Amino acid sequence: MTVLVFSGLIFAGALSAGLLGSLTGLGGGVVLIPLLTLLFHVDIHYAIGASLVSVIATSSGAAAAYVRDGISNIRLGMFLEVATTVGAVAGASLATHLSTAMIAIVFGAVLILSAILSFFKNQDNLVTGPGSRLSQWLKLASNYPTPEGRKDYTVKNVIGGFLVMNVAGVLSGMLGIGSGALKVLAMDNIMRAPFKVSTTTSNFMIGVTAAASAGIYLKKGYIDPGLSMPVMLGVLTGAFMGSRILTRAKVGQLKKIFAAVIGLLAIEMIYNGIHHTI
Amino acid sequence: MRALRKKIQDKDLELIIGQLLRYGVLLSSLIVVAGGIVYFVRHGYQQPAFNTFRGEPDKMRKPVEMLKAIGHGEGRPLIALGLLLLILTPIARIVFSIFGYLLEKDYLYVLITGFVLGVILWNF
Repeated sequence: MTVLVFSGLIFAGALSAGLLGSLTGLGGGVVLIPLLTLLFHVDIHYAIGASLVSVIATSSGAAAAYVRDGISNIRLGMFLEVATTVGAVAGASLATHLSTAMIAIVFGAVLILSAILSFFKNQDNLVTGPGSRLSQWLKLASNYPTPEGRKDYTVKNVIGGFLVMNVAGVLSGMLGIGSGALKVLAMDNIMRAPFKVSTTTSNFMIGVTAAASAGIYLKKGYIDPGLSMPVMLGVLTGAFMGSRILTRAKVGQLKKIFAAVIGLLAIEMIYNGIHHTI
Repeated sequence: MRALRKKIQDKDLELIIGQLLRYGVLLSSLIVVAGGIVYFVRHGYQQPAFNTFRGEPDKMRKPVEMLKAIGHGEGRPLIALGLLLLILTPIARIVFSIFGYLLEKDYLYVLITGFVLGVILWNF
Protein backbone atom coordinates (compact mmCIF):
# COMPACT_ATOMS: atom_id res chain seq x y z
CA MET A 1 0.00 0.00 0.00
CA THR A 2 1.39 3.39 -0.99
CA VAL A 3 1.17 6.54 1.13
CA LEU A 4 -1.48 7.91 -1.27
CA VAL A 5 -3.81 4.91 -0.94
CA PHE A 6 -3.21 4.64 2.81
CA SER A 7 -3.99 8.34 3.34
CA GLY A 8 -7.13 8.07 1.22
CA LEU A 9 -8.42 5.11 3.25
CA ILE A 10 -7.58 6.84 6.54
CA PHE A 11 -9.40 9.98 5.36
CA ALA A 12 -12.52 7.94 4.52
CA GLY A 13 -12.40 6.14 7.87
CA ALA A 14 -11.87 9.37 9.80
CA LEU A 15 -14.74 11.00 7.93
CA SER A 16 -17.11 8.20 8.96
CA ALA A 17 -15.85 8.39 12.55
CA GLY A 18 -16.38 12.15 12.64
CA LEU A 19 -19.85 11.87 11.11
CA LEU A 20 -21.01 9.11 13.49
CA GLY A 21 -19.36 10.83 16.43
CA SER A 22 -21.16 14.10 15.82
CA LEU A 23 -24.54 12.45 15.10
CA THR A 24 -24.48 10.37 18.26
CA GLY A 25 -22.75 12.96 20.44
CA LEU A 26 -20.02 10.50 21.40
CA GLY A 27 -17.26 12.25 19.50
CA GLY A 28 -14.92 10.94 16.80
CA GLY A 29 -12.06 9.73 18.99
CA VAL A 30 -13.81 6.74 20.51
CA VAL A 31 -14.16 4.94 17.18
CA LEU A 32 -11.13 6.49 15.48
CA ILE A 33 -8.45 4.95 17.69
CA PRO A 34 -9.77 1.35 17.40
CA LEU A 35 -10.08 1.90 13.64
CA LEU A 36 -6.47 3.06 13.31
CA THR A 37 -4.97 0.42 15.59
CA LEU A 38 -7.10 -2.65 14.82
CA LEU A 39 -7.70 -2.16 11.09
CA PHE A 40 -4.68 -0.15 9.92
CA HIS A 41 -2.21 -1.51 12.52
CA VAL A 42 -1.03 1.97 13.46
CA ASP A 43 0.92 2.10 16.72
CA ILE A 44 -1.42 3.27 19.49
CA HIS A 45 0.84 6.22 20.40
CA TYR A 46 0.56 7.68 16.88
CA ALA A 47 -3.18 6.94 16.88
CA ILE A 48 -3.64 8.82 20.17
CA GLY A 49 -1.64 11.81 18.86
CA ALA A 50 -3.64 12.03 15.63
CA SER A 51 -6.93 11.66 17.51
CA LEU A 52 -6.06 14.43 19.97
CA VAL A 53 -5.34 16.81 17.10
CA SER A 54 -8.70 16.04 15.48
CA VAL A 55 -10.46 16.52 18.83
CA ILE A 56 -9.10 20.07 19.02
CA ALA A 57 -10.20 20.75 15.43
CA THR A 58 -13.82 19.68 15.94
CA SER A 59 -14.13 21.39 19.31
CA SER A 60 -12.80 24.72 18.04
CA GLY A 61 -14.70 24.45 14.76
CA ALA A 62 -18.06 23.87 16.45
CA ALA A 63 -17.61 26.35 19.29
CA ALA A 64 -18.32 29.39 17.11
CA ALA A 65 -21.88 28.24 16.37
CA TYR A 66 -22.70 27.40 20.00
CA VAL A 67 -21.35 30.68 21.29
CA ARG A 68 -23.47 32.59 18.79
CA ASP A 69 -26.62 30.92 20.11
CA GLY A 70 -25.65 31.89 23.66
CA ILE A 71 -26.15 28.38 25.05
CA SER A 72 -22.77 27.50 26.54
CA ASN A 73 -21.89 28.77 30.01
CA ILE A 74 -18.40 30.22 29.59
CA ARG A 75 -17.74 30.79 33.31
CA LEU A 76 -18.82 27.27 34.18
CA GLY A 77 -16.55 25.90 31.43
CA MET A 78 -13.61 28.05 32.46
CA PHE A 79 -13.85 27.06 36.13
CA LEU A 80 -14.12 23.34 35.30
CA GLU A 81 -11.15 23.62 32.93
CA VAL A 82 -9.00 24.01 36.04
CA ALA A 83 -9.92 20.38 36.78
CA THR A 84 -9.67 19.06 33.22
CA THR A 85 -6.34 20.68 32.28
CA VAL A 86 -4.61 19.50 35.46
CA GLY A 87 -6.07 16.03 34.82
CA ALA A 88 -5.02 16.08 31.15
CA VAL A 89 -1.40 16.85 32.02
CA ALA A 90 -1.37 14.00 34.54
CA GLY A 91 -3.00 11.65 32.01
CA ALA A 92 -0.57 12.52 29.21
CA SER A 93 2.42 11.99 31.49
CA LEU A 94 0.93 8.67 32.59
CA ALA A 95 0.47 7.58 28.95
CA THR A 96 4.19 8.01 28.27
CA HIS A 97 4.94 5.45 31.00
CA LEU A 98 2.28 2.88 30.13
CA SER A 99 2.83 0.00 27.69
CA THR A 100 0.85 -0.19 24.46
CA ALA A 101 -1.04 -3.23 25.79
CA MET A 102 -2.02 -1.45 28.99
CA ILE A 103 -3.29 1.62 27.10
CA ALA A 104 -5.38 -0.64 24.86
CA ILE A 105 -7.00 -2.30 27.89
CA VAL A 106 -7.80 1.03 29.59
CA PHE A 107 -9.13 2.33 26.29
CA GLY A 108 -11.44 -0.66 25.93
CA ALA A 109 -12.83 -0.12 29.43
CA VAL A 110 -13.46 3.58 28.71
CA LEU A 111 -15.20 2.65 25.44
CA ILE A 112 -17.64 0.41 27.30
CA LEU A 113 -18.25 3.18 29.85
CA SER A 114 -18.93 5.71 27.04
CA ALA A 115 -21.40 3.36 25.36
CA ILE A 116 -23.30 2.91 28.64
CA LEU A 117 -23.23 6.64 29.42
CA SER A 118 -24.79 7.46 26.05
CA PHE A 119 -28.04 5.87 27.28
CA PHE A 120 -28.25 7.90 30.50
CA LYS A 121 -31.38 9.95 30.78
CA ASN A 122 -30.98 13.70 30.38
CA GLN A 123 -31.71 15.55 33.59
CA ASP A 124 -33.78 18.48 32.53
CA ASN A 125 -35.29 19.59 35.80
CA LEU A 126 -33.73 23.01 36.26
CA VAL A 127 -32.20 24.12 39.53
CA THR A 128 -33.59 27.53 40.30
CA GLY A 129 -33.26 29.82 43.29
CA PRO A 130 -30.08 31.31 44.69
CA GLY A 131 -27.91 28.16 44.34
CA SER A 132 -25.16 27.00 46.70
CA ARG A 133 -22.66 29.46 48.18
CA LEU A 134 -19.85 28.07 46.06
CA SER A 135 -21.83 28.43 42.84
CA GLN A 136 -22.76 31.99 43.86
CA TRP A 137 -19.16 32.89 44.58
CA LEU A 138 -18.10 31.47 41.21
CA LYS A 139 -21.00 33.18 39.41
CA LEU A 140 -22.11 29.93 37.77
CA ALA A 141 -25.80 30.87 37.46
CA SER A 142 -26.86 31.87 33.96
CA ASN A 143 -29.73 31.57 31.51
CA TYR A 144 -30.22 29.77 28.21
CA PRO A 145 -32.63 29.93 25.27
CA THR A 146 -35.68 27.63 25.23
CA PRO A 147 -38.73 27.67 22.93
CA GLU A 148 -40.48 29.72 25.67
CA GLY A 149 -37.73 32.33 25.88
CA ARG A 150 -34.57 32.47 28.01
CA LYS A 151 -34.72 30.54 31.26
CA ASP A 152 -32.63 31.12 34.39
CA TYR A 153 -30.79 28.25 36.04
CA THR A 154 -28.05 27.65 38.53
CA VAL A 155 -25.94 24.59 39.39
CA LYS A 156 -25.35 22.47 42.48
CA ASN A 157 -22.77 19.87 43.60
CA VAL A 158 -19.92 22.04 42.35
CA ILE A 159 -17.26 19.94 44.07
CA GLY A 160 -18.67 16.64 42.78
CA GLY A 161 -18.76 17.98 39.23
CA PHE A 162 -15.22 19.30 39.60
CA LEU A 163 -13.89 15.88 40.67
CA VAL A 164 -15.58 14.01 37.80
CA MET A 165 -14.19 16.63 35.42
CA ASN A 166 -10.73 15.88 36.78
CA VAL A 167 -11.18 12.19 35.86
CA ALA A 168 -12.46 13.23 32.41
CA GLY A 169 -9.27 15.28 31.98
CA VAL A 170 -7.03 12.34 32.96
CA LEU A 171 -8.75 10.05 30.43
CA SER A 172 -8.58 12.71 27.73
CA GLY A 173 -4.86 13.21 28.25
CA MET A 174 -4.10 9.51 28.54
CA LEU A 175 -6.15 8.30 25.55
CA GLY A 176 -6.29 11.29 23.19
CA ILE A 177 -10.08 11.49 23.29
CA GLY A 178 -12.39 14.38 24.15
CA SER A 179 -14.12 12.55 27.06
CA GLY A 180 -17.30 14.38 26.04
CA ALA A 181 -19.62 11.74 27.54
CA LEU A 182 -18.06 12.07 30.98
CA LYS A 183 -17.94 15.87 30.80
CA VAL A 184 -21.66 15.98 30.01
CA LEU A 185 -22.34 13.55 32.87
CA ALA A 186 -20.51 15.85 35.29
CA MET A 187 -22.47 18.95 34.28
CA ASP A 188 -25.86 17.43 33.48
CA ASN A 189 -26.32 14.57 35.97
CA ILE A 190 -24.18 15.84 38.83
CA MET A 191 -24.26 19.64 38.68
CA ARG A 192 -27.76 19.64 37.17
CA ALA A 193 -27.08 22.22 34.46
CA PRO A 194 -29.58 21.99 31.56
CA PHE A 195 -28.69 19.27 29.04
CA LYS A 196 -28.22 21.67 26.12
CA VAL A 197 -25.93 23.84 28.23
CA SER A 198 -23.94 20.78 29.31
CA THR A 199 -23.32 19.45 25.81
CA THR A 200 -22.31 22.80 24.32
CA THR A 201 -20.14 23.79 27.28
CA SER A 202 -18.51 20.36 27.15
CA ASN A 203 -17.70 20.90 23.49
CA PHE A 204 -16.21 24.28 24.32
CA MET A 205 -14.03 22.74 27.03
CA ILE A 206 -12.75 19.79 25.00
CA GLY A 207 -10.34 21.89 22.91
CA VAL A 208 -8.73 23.54 25.91
CA THR A 209 -8.39 20.22 27.75
CA ALA A 210 -6.77 18.67 24.68
CA ALA A 211 -4.39 21.64 24.26
CA ALA A 212 -3.05 20.93 27.76
CA SER A 213 -1.87 17.43 26.79
CA ALA A 214 -0.96 18.36 23.20
CA GLY A 215 2.24 20.04 24.41
CA ILE A 216 3.40 16.79 26.01
CA TYR A 217 2.38 14.71 22.96
CA LEU A 218 4.28 17.06 20.69
CA LYS A 219 7.42 16.83 22.82
CA LYS A 220 7.25 13.02 22.95
CA GLY A 221 6.77 12.78 19.17
CA TYR A 222 3.23 11.28 19.23
CA ILE A 223 1.91 13.67 16.61
CA ASP A 224 2.97 12.39 13.18
CA PRO A 225 2.11 14.89 10.43
CA GLY A 226 1.72 12.24 7.71
CA LEU A 227 -0.90 10.38 9.75
CA SER A 228 -2.54 13.34 11.48
CA MET A 229 -3.21 15.12 8.17
CA PRO A 230 -5.84 12.70 6.74
CA VAL A 231 -7.21 12.00 10.24
CA MET A 232 -7.78 15.64 11.14
CA LEU A 233 -9.19 16.63 7.74
CA GLY A 234 -11.44 13.56 7.67
CA VAL A 235 -12.85 13.99 11.18
CA LEU A 236 -13.40 17.71 10.62
CA THR A 237 -15.27 17.09 7.34
CA GLY A 238 -17.37 14.33 8.93
CA ALA A 239 -18.24 16.43 11.98
CA PHE A 240 -19.23 19.34 9.76
CA MET A 241 -21.50 17.08 7.70
CA GLY A 242 -22.96 15.68 10.91
CA SER A 243 -23.82 19.12 12.26
CA ARG A 244 -25.75 19.79 9.03
CA ILE A 245 -27.78 16.58 9.24
CA LEU A 246 -28.25 16.60 13.02
CA THR A 247 -31.30 18.84 13.09
CA ARG A 248 -33.30 16.51 10.83
CA ALA A 249 -32.19 12.95 11.47
CA LYS A 250 -33.67 10.67 14.13
CA VAL A 251 -30.68 9.48 16.09
CA GLY A 252 -32.27 7.05 18.58
CA GLN A 253 -31.73 3.94 16.44
CA LEU A 254 -28.33 5.11 15.24
CA LYS A 255 -27.21 5.60 18.82
CA LYS A 256 -28.05 1.97 19.67
CA ILE A 257 -26.14 0.64 16.65
CA PHE A 258 -23.18 2.89 17.41
CA ALA A 259 -23.13 1.79 21.06
CA ALA A 260 -23.11 -1.86 19.93
CA VAL A 261 -20.22 -1.18 17.53
CA ILE A 262 -18.28 0.58 20.26
CA GLY A 263 -18.92 -2.35 22.62
CA LEU A 264 -17.48 -4.81 20.08
CA LEU A 265 -14.45 -2.60 19.41
CA ALA A 266 -13.90 -2.37 23.16
CA ILE A 267 -13.81 -6.17 23.54
CA GLU A 268 -11.42 -6.41 20.58
CA MET A 269 -9.12 -3.77 22.10
CA ILE A 270 -9.09 -5.49 25.50
CA TYR A 271 -8.53 -8.93 23.92
CA ASN A 272 -5.61 -7.65 21.84
CA GLY A 273 -4.23 -5.80 24.84
CA ILE A 274 -4.24 -8.92 27.01
CA HIS A 275 -2.61 -11.01 24.26
CA HIS A 276 -0.09 -8.26 23.42
CA THR A 277 -1.11 -8.28 19.77
CA ILE A 278 -1.67 -4.55 19.45
CA MET B 1 -28.23 49.70 33.24
CA ARG B 2 -24.83 48.58 34.40
CA ALA B 3 -26.02 44.98 34.40
CA LEU B 4 -27.21 45.37 30.84
CA ARG B 5 -23.88 46.80 29.70
CA LYS B 6 -22.05 43.93 31.33
CA LYS B 7 -24.31 41.45 29.54
CA ILE B 8 -23.57 43.00 26.15
CA GLN B 9 -19.82 42.99 26.76
CA ASP B 10 -19.98 39.35 27.79
CA LYS B 11 -21.82 38.40 24.64
CA ASP B 12 -19.53 40.44 22.36
CA LEU B 13 -16.47 38.88 23.90
CA GLU B 14 -17.88 35.40 23.38
CA LEU B 15 -18.68 36.16 19.75
CA ILE B 16 -15.16 37.39 19.07
CA ILE B 17 -13.75 34.28 20.71
CA GLY B 18 -16.00 32.07 18.59
CA GLN B 19 -14.85 33.76 15.39
CA LEU B 20 -11.22 33.52 16.49
CA LEU B 21 -11.56 29.77 16.93
CA ARG B 22 -13.29 29.30 13.59
CA TYR B 23 -10.70 31.25 11.58
CA GLY B 24 -7.91 29.50 13.47
CA VAL B 25 -9.26 26.10 12.42
CA LEU B 26 -9.79 27.27 8.85
CA LEU B 27 -6.28 28.71 8.47
CA SER B 28 -4.59 25.68 10.04
CA SER B 29 -6.62 23.32 7.80
CA LEU B 30 -5.45 25.22 4.72
CA ILE B 31 -1.82 24.94 5.82
CA VAL B 32 -2.29 21.22 6.53
CA VAL B 33 -3.81 20.70 3.06
CA ALA B 34 -0.92 22.60 1.42
CA GLY B 35 1.60 20.53 3.37
CA GLY B 36 -0.30 17.38 2.45
CA ILE B 37 -0.04 18.13 -1.26
CA VAL B 38 3.73 18.62 -1.02
CA TYR B 39 3.98 15.42 1.07
CA PHE B 40 2.06 13.42 -1.57
CA VAL B 41 4.17 14.80 -4.41
CA ARG B 42 7.40 13.89 -2.61
CA HIS B 43 6.43 10.64 -0.88
CA GLY B 44 3.06 9.59 -2.36
CA TYR B 45 4.34 6.30 -3.80
CA GLN B 46 6.43 5.18 -0.84
CA GLN B 47 5.30 2.77 1.87
CA PRO B 48 3.76 4.24 5.01
CA ALA B 49 5.36 3.15 8.30
CA PHE B 50 3.19 3.82 11.32
CA ASN B 51 3.10 0.34 12.83
CA THR B 52 6.07 0.86 15.13
CA PHE B 53 6.48 3.90 17.33
CA ARG B 54 9.71 5.79 16.73
CA GLY B 55 8.86 9.30 17.85
CA GLU B 56 9.26 12.32 15.63
CA PRO B 57 12.44 14.22 14.59
CA ASP B 58 12.98 17.86 15.65
CA LYS B 59 11.68 19.28 12.38
CA MET B 60 8.20 17.90 13.20
CA ARG B 61 8.23 19.14 16.80
CA LYS B 62 10.12 22.44 17.12
CA PRO B 63 8.93 25.63 15.37
CA VAL B 64 12.40 26.85 14.35
CA GLU B 65 13.40 23.47 12.87
CA MET B 66 9.98 23.26 11.23
CA LEU B 67 10.45 26.58 9.44
CA LYS B 68 13.96 25.60 8.28
CA ALA B 69 12.66 22.34 6.78
CA ILE B 70 9.70 24.14 5.16
CA GLY B 71 12.26 26.47 3.57
CA HIS B 72 13.86 23.37 2.00
CA GLY B 73 10.50 22.55 0.43
CA GLU B 74 9.49 19.68 2.73
CA GLY B 75 5.79 18.83 3.13
CA ARG B 76 5.45 17.15 6.51
CA PRO B 77 6.99 20.01 8.54
CA LEU B 78 4.44 22.30 6.84
CA ILE B 79 1.65 19.96 8.01
CA ALA B 80 3.22 20.04 11.48
CA LEU B 81 3.14 23.86 11.41
CA GLY B 82 -0.58 23.75 10.57
CA LEU B 83 -1.18 21.33 13.44
CA LEU B 84 0.78 23.55 15.82
CA LEU B 85 -1.39 26.50 14.81
CA LEU B 86 -4.46 24.36 15.45
CA ILE B 87 -3.22 23.49 18.94
CA LEU B 88 -2.62 27.19 19.57
CA THR B 89 -6.25 28.21 18.79
CA PRO B 90 -7.78 27.13 22.11
CA ILE B 91 -4.76 28.64 23.89
CA ALA B 92 -5.34 31.97 22.09
CA ARG B 93 -8.94 31.74 23.26
CA ILE B 94 -7.79 31.52 26.88
CA VAL B 95 -5.51 34.55 26.49
CA PHE B 96 -8.40 36.48 24.97
CA SER B 97 -10.68 35.52 27.85
CA ILE B 98 -8.18 36.85 30.39
CA PHE B 99 -8.29 40.28 28.72
CA GLY B 100 -12.07 40.11 28.66
CA TYR B 101 -12.30 39.39 32.38
CA LEU B 102 -9.78 42.16 33.07
CA LEU B 103 -12.03 44.62 31.21
CA GLU B 104 -14.99 43.41 33.24
CA LYS B 105 -12.89 43.73 36.43
CA ASP B 106 -13.81 40.15 37.28
CA TYR B 107 -10.55 39.38 39.07
CA LEU B 108 -11.66 35.98 40.33
CA TYR B 109 -11.97 34.78 36.74
CA VAL B 110 -8.76 36.52 35.70
CA LEU B 111 -7.13 34.31 38.31
CA ILE B 112 -8.97 31.11 37.28
CA THR B 113 -8.28 31.65 33.57
CA GLY B 114 -4.69 32.62 34.29
CA PHE B 115 -4.22 29.36 36.18
CA VAL B 116 -5.57 27.34 33.23
CA LEU B 117 -3.22 29.18 30.86
CA GLY B 118 -0.32 28.54 33.22
CA VAL B 119 -1.02 24.78 33.32
CA ILE B 120 -1.08 24.61 29.51
CA LEU B 121 2.02 26.74 28.89
CA TRP B 122 4.03 25.05 31.64
CA ASN B 123 3.79 21.79 29.71
CA PHE B 124 4.59 23.16 26.30
